[in-house]
Amino acid sequence: MSIAFPKPDEAVLSRRSEILAGLARLVAPEALIVSEDERRAFETDGLTAYRQMPLAVVLPSSTAEVSEIMRFCRDNGVRVVPRGAGTSLCGGAIPQEDAIVLGIAKMNRVLDIDFANRTARVEAGITNLGISQAVGHEGFFYAPDPSSQLACTIAGNIAMNSGGAHCLKYGVTTNNLLGVTMVLLDGTVVTLGGEHLDSAGYDLLGLVAGSEGQLGIVTEAVVRILRAAEGARPALFGFERVEDAGACVAAIIAAGIIPVALEYMDRPAIQICEAFAHAGYPLDVEAMLIVEVEGSDAEIDDMLRRIVAIAEPFKPKTIKVSQSEAESAAIWKGRKSAFGATGRVADYICMDGTIPTGQLPYVLKRIDEIAKSYGLGVANVFHAGDGNLHPLVMFNSSKPGEMEKAEAVGEEILKLCVEVGGCLTGEHGVGIEKRDLMPFQFNATDLAQQMRVRGVFDPRWLLNPAKVFPLEGRLAA
Amino acid sequence: MSIHTPGNELEASSVIREAAARGTQLHVLGAGTKAAIGRPVDAENGISSRALSGITLYEPAELVISARSGTPVSEVVKTLAAKGQELPFEPMDYRALLGAQDEPTIGAVAAMNLSGPRRIMAGAARDSLIGVRFVNGQGEVVKSGGRVMKNVTGLDLVKLMAGSWGTLGFLTEVTFKVLPKHERMSTLLLRGLDDKRAIQALSEALGSPYDITGAAHLPAPDLQGARTLIRLEGFSVSVDYRLGELRRLLKRFGTGDILEGRGAEAIWQSVRDVTVMPDRAERAIWRVSTAPTRGPDFTAWLSKSIDAQWFYDWGGGLIWIATPLVADFGAAAMREATKVFGGHATLVRAPAEARSQLAVFEPLSDAVMTLTRGIKASFDPAGILNPGRMYAGV
Repeated sequence: MSIAFPKPDEAVLSRRSEILAGLARLVAPEALIVSEDERRAFETDGLTAYRQMPLAVVLPSSTAEVSEIMRFCRDNGVRVVPRGAGTSLCGGAIPQEDAIVLGIAKMNRVLDIDFANRTARVEAGITNLGISQAVGHEGFFYAPDPSSQLACTIAGNIAMNSGGAHCLKYGVTTNNLLGVTMVLLDGTVVTLGGEHLDSAGYDLLGLVAGSEGQLGIVTEAVVRILRAAEGARPALFGFERVEDAGACVAAIIAAGIIPVALEYMDRPAIQICEAFAHAGYPLDVEAMLIVEVEGSDAEIDDMLRRIVAIAEPFKPKTIKVSQSEAESAAIWKGRKSAFGATGRVADYICMDGTIPTGQLPYVLKRIDEIAKSYGLGVANVFHAGDGNLHPLVMFNSSKPGEMEKAEAVGEEILKLCVEVGGCLTGEHGVGIEKRDLMPFQFNATDLAQQMRVRGVFDPRWLLNPAKVFPLEGRLAA
Repeated sequence: MSIHTPGNELEASSVIREAAARGTQLHVLGAGTKAAIGRPVDAENGISSRALSGITLYEPAELVISARSGTPVSEVVKTLAAKGQELPFEPMDYRALLGAQDEPTIGAVAAMNLSGPRRIMAGAARDSLIGVRFVNGQGEVVKSGGRVMKNVTGLDLVKLMAGSWGTLGFLTEVTFKVLPKHERMSTLLLRGLDDKRAIQALSEALGSPYDITGAAHLPAPDLQGARTLIRLEGFSVSVDYRLGELRRLLKRFGTGDILEGRGAEAIWQSVRDVTVMPDRAERAIWRVSTAPTRGPDFTAWLSKSIDAQWFYDWGGGLIWIATPLVADFGAAAMREATKVFGGHATLVRAPAEARSQLAVFEPLSDAVMTLTRGIKASFDPAGILNPGRMYAGV
């Protein structure tokens, strides 16, 4: 356990029953969870190695209730950890003992769908996929598609500015968000943006996206919905050298083609996924690309023909252009099961750095060396178009000290990402996981400016306070 | 007025640190071509990025370009074009509207979040802006974001800087995500539609799977003169296919004509730069952002009380409105209209006296104004950077 939590505030702990009584006056009995057994369901998120029991869990069902809870917590100096579905991979929703968890998952209604203006207004506890399902009958969808989209909430997506496999074409959450209703710590309800494309004044909407629950609680959102393409089909390429795969990606982009998805897998990832999904992946290559394009059948055929021609000089050992829905599904099944399949062969931690794509061969070589120096293995999946790298560092949790080794490998990998010009996190967020690495990417002045902005919203560090910023050297407003 | 022109970040930092210590207020400028937008800044000194010039990084295969903030937009555009790439958001050029001559800078594109017709498809400048370096009001050099397009590390100060009009910091370097230029551009032109029908046609086009990259409507006093423009871009085979489908989809709005080549490019440029506005010389100019289908109601409602002319971009969601240079330039009606229909209005061109007396930008709710003031103070506690440019006291 290398990540520290702040020491709980004894004064708050000692007032627990009084605080619970206060909360009980604000919400219906079933919306307040106090028993140890029931609280346990909230003690962690997607970063399951870390657990903390919250003081209580509150599950409000309206913006007005959220407002009252927030004002109560502010008045009583109680910390608040916001929670959507609790799927964060960086520990963004992990509680702390002196904090309540404020979960908005009950607020999950679709409030309005406006196809002519291509917007949907939803309560923020709705799942990401829930939005697409609500507009699918008209051929529309909500574009950002994090792999947890079946479970994760739009509130969590906004907090983490979540991405997905298709953001090369469609962008991430911040590019698809038009407005929010947000409750500030003092209970004030603010509306930012709306149904129009850009907002008046400072871009507070852009600031809120990716703020990891440190500025306020988003209870409603207006998102852009898009008409889905007529069809999509992938092609798969296997290469004997990592460099060839990297050069092929560069050549596709140089030809003016922006595929809707451009995914890279290295040899260990290919082996693991093929063993699990039987996707028909080539087992004799060092690197594999999945390139997907969208449009009508004729457009797709034309585009895939171009891409195959671009790939040929890089001597792919395998070229497989999907000819049917079934083949497309098989190609994607392997990639999409990467995390689950890895989980079957080992425990793993999933890293999320971004690198300049040209650095891929060097970075993969260094990752291999780093992992070997700790005696561990790594499988790499990579959003090759945008440089977002997901190394899965594998270890055996029953061997003492291996998890710490895996964390050390992860840390070195993220520092490497920063060294080559990239960043610590491309789409998972900082949370507690990367909090202490922030000084590798930002200097003290950069961090101080961010903390002063944070302080405008929460001068006393009551909102999700254990996250994002190193515990030492914190500033108020 | 004395204008500092620092040649590097360190010099910029010391100019601002000194100004902060003395409480000297500063105009924050690029080339100054858009100085006539916004509330007039009451400062005797300024700091300009014009000596901070040059592209510092360009990796076509990584779709990224960085430039010092004073680099002319034209240089960035030319450098990208040499590799078949472009700024995806099609930044508008205000020179014709404001009668300015100099070369606009890339820093101002970020600071004012300038976008054009392609914004509906490719996002605004703020969506492509992935990294900034700036000097805040205390003279500190701060960076946010970086050179990779997928980055959620820390608070997104890049977004705050975009569209902050120099009130939060003096940008020294900006990094944009770029995209390949399209092989072909084609425009479907429909004629004779009234505003409501035109916006309906645009909404149907934008709700189709055909990747529309421009959707504008240019009304005319004589309905027959009204033009509705829908732009498609991409590989030639694909443009042909989508054009055919689009015409089928919209056939009840008329068969329309196809525009390509120089003429079509010129029309889109005139939409982007507002030069398509008839009779614009002797009028004030407003920029309104609202939900697209509410656009025609917005303008109809407005023209009940003022003599307004207008055209629509962004499928109806962006309305450029010209009002007479009398009384309040239509301000009261405009503010009332944004309340009724939603959205916001900016008075982008009016005499300085009017801009100092009227709210140029849409007034903010009390809660948002409180946050705005707090954010301003967190970057510029002495209030020396472009004071009052956006809002009084900010």
